[in-house]
Amino acid sequence: MIRYIVRRLLWGVVLLVAVIAITFVLFYLVPNVNPAVLRAGRNSSPKIISEISANLGLNKPVYTQFWVYLKRLVLHFDLGYSYYSGASVKSLMADRLPATLSLTFGAVVIWLAVGIPVGIISAIKRRSVLDRSAMGTALVFVSAPVYWLGLLVLFLFAADIGKFKIPFLHGAGSYVGLTTSPLHWFESLLMPWFVLAATSAAIYARLLRGSLIDVMGEDYIRTARAKGLPEHTVVMKHGVRSAITPLVTVLGLDIAILMGGAVLTETVFDIPGIGRLNYDAITHGDFPIIQGTIVLAAIFIILANIVVDIAYAYLDPRVRYT
Amino acid sequence: MSVGASELLVEGEPSVEAIELVPGEVTARSPWQLFWRRFRADRVAMASGIFIVLLILVAIFAPLIVSILGLPGPSVQNPNLTDAFGTPIGPTGAHPFGVDPLGEDVMSRVIYGARVSLEVGIIGTALSTFLGVSLGLIAGFYRGWADTGLSRLADVVLSFPILLFGLGIGAACAVNGCLGGAIQPGVQTIIAIIVIAGWTYIYRITRGQVLSLREKEFVEAARSLGASNRRIMFREILPNLVAPIIVYSSLLIPVNILFEAALSYLGVGVKPPTASWGQMIADATSNFQTVWWYMLFPGVALLLTVLAFNLVGDGLQDALNPKADR
Repeated sequence: MIRYIVRRLLWGVVLLVAVIAITFVLFYLVPNVNPAVLRAGRNSSPKIISEISANLGLNKPVYTQFWVYLKRLVLHFDLGYSYYSGASVKSLMADRLPATLSLTFGAVVIWLAVGIPVGIISAIKRRSVLDRSAMGTALVFVSAPVYWLGLLVLFLFAADIGKFKIPFLHGAGSYVGLTTSPLHWFESLLMPWFVLAATSAAIYARLLRGSLIDVMGEDYIRTARAKGLPEHTVVMKHGVRSAITPLVTVLGLDIAILMGGAVLTETVFDIPGIGRLNYDAITHGDFPIIQGTIVLAAIFIILANIVVDIAYAYLDPRVRYT
Repeated sequence: MSVGASELLVEGEPSVEAIELVPGEVTARSPWQLFWRRFRADRVAMASGIFIVLLILVAIFAPLIVSILGLPGPSVQNPNLTDAFGTPIGPTGAHPFGVDPLGEDVMSRVIYGARVSLEVGIIGTALSTFLGVSLGLIAGFYRGWADTGLSRLADVVLSFPILLFGLGIGAACAVNGCLGGAIQPGVQTIIAIIVIAGWTYIYRITRGQVLSLREKEFVEAARSLGASNRRIMFREILPNLVAPIIVYSSLLIPVNILFEAALSYLGVGVKPPTASWGQMIADATSNFQTVWWYMLFPGVALLLTVLAFNLVGDGLQDALNPKADR
């Protein structure tokens, strides 16, 4: 088991370095503009530009630049400085992380609380009217773009511009930190939570329904029934417990991706999270921030995959030998 | 007077699993005939399929349809259609979906927007499926270093946050074009990102299937008859992969359509004057509380299109894999 974990962690480090290298090379090669010009701003003299070039190390060969970038990243988690504001990318991201985490975890709670019961009921009452309408609704939410859903909800219910104003549903841009005002924090996040959770709740309900239907056809379920266990116990203890494992894999990855910034939701509701930071960086051509958010999200994704793999290896010893 | 069983079966739609008891007329149905009968019986999937076919026709004949409906072209800006404050007119007889703040007809732009979505969805999916199947066949069949290398590469690709990655590339290309101006922002860039990221899913599925199929008796039999590797791969193994490939690639199309719309919404995808649903929604964001039609109709078009592809995908899955019994 320990050997498996060590191997898995080492491979994670290799993956991470590969992702950082590819991102670095891409942002070195791809843009057709001189970073020093972006950093210097409009109408800067050639002298300033060449000074900045030297400062950023742009006159050194690309592998030296990468080595410096990697060294700063590993030793100090230093992701460079914004071309636009000059602030360090690390501190910008640290400022924005609480909003992103608030958004992510609230949404996760909602989508699990909705998706899991709907999936179970649909699987048990398969082909009933209830099942069909739940799965039909779910497919609509899977197909709806989250930003459009957000606009629609704002248009209908927001306290400032909505057609049916609901006083505690504050409109876009109303986010405040949890420590500033817990109540306002909660109210301002209600709409974003539900909008962000809608698609995932639908996906999880569909996934769990399919996997529970498969599991309920297994022999050991028949055995459990034959023992005379109440149906409730058969479904919850024998069925759901093993049907829910595929969800765990997806959940780990989904949380990781959202922690890297829920760009679309944060943009629609104007929540000052990492996704919004990224969106603003795009409008300014602020590449160190974009690069930094990609690296941060990749770290979350790789970590989540390792955690999920180790959890699987713990639950199922056969995994360790593959 | 006796009524033969065959005459009874002519009336109405025969049930899917009906066994025709006509002596002397029993012919085996090919798997594709069986599949088609099951798919045809799925009314929702059939309706969605017809919707998609109509949508493709609308996209191809967009100029014709726009002129038949008597609408102005998608990029015709008519300042007379906005009032003194720049607020455009809403849905009317002449402009069923209203007008956008530039004085362009929204319905006309929604019709043209289908082109971008379908192009990206279908071409992007076709290319990434082709790449994924080819690499999956190679990795699964030859194993060894080819498999190790390709699977590790897929791991690396899957570690990227794809939306952020697409945003980054889109942003990098948006300033001045990228790679020395060789790649310009727009549909091609989006398709390229989809192919780079999307092949991994199909690759993993193909590889897994090939790994188990290559050990089957029929492959051994073909080999003992002296079939070459290429023949075994394309004539023996590939036909067995068609069903899963169709299902998974059909479910990739809606994902890719949403991906394009998201990038265009964030301003790094398709740029005006080309009409794209995502870009229209983004454009509508600034004053959607008054100009609601500009936000509503592109979104409904996007939702219906993605929903139709998802329903067809589900229908294909059920028809190709009846044992799943959903």
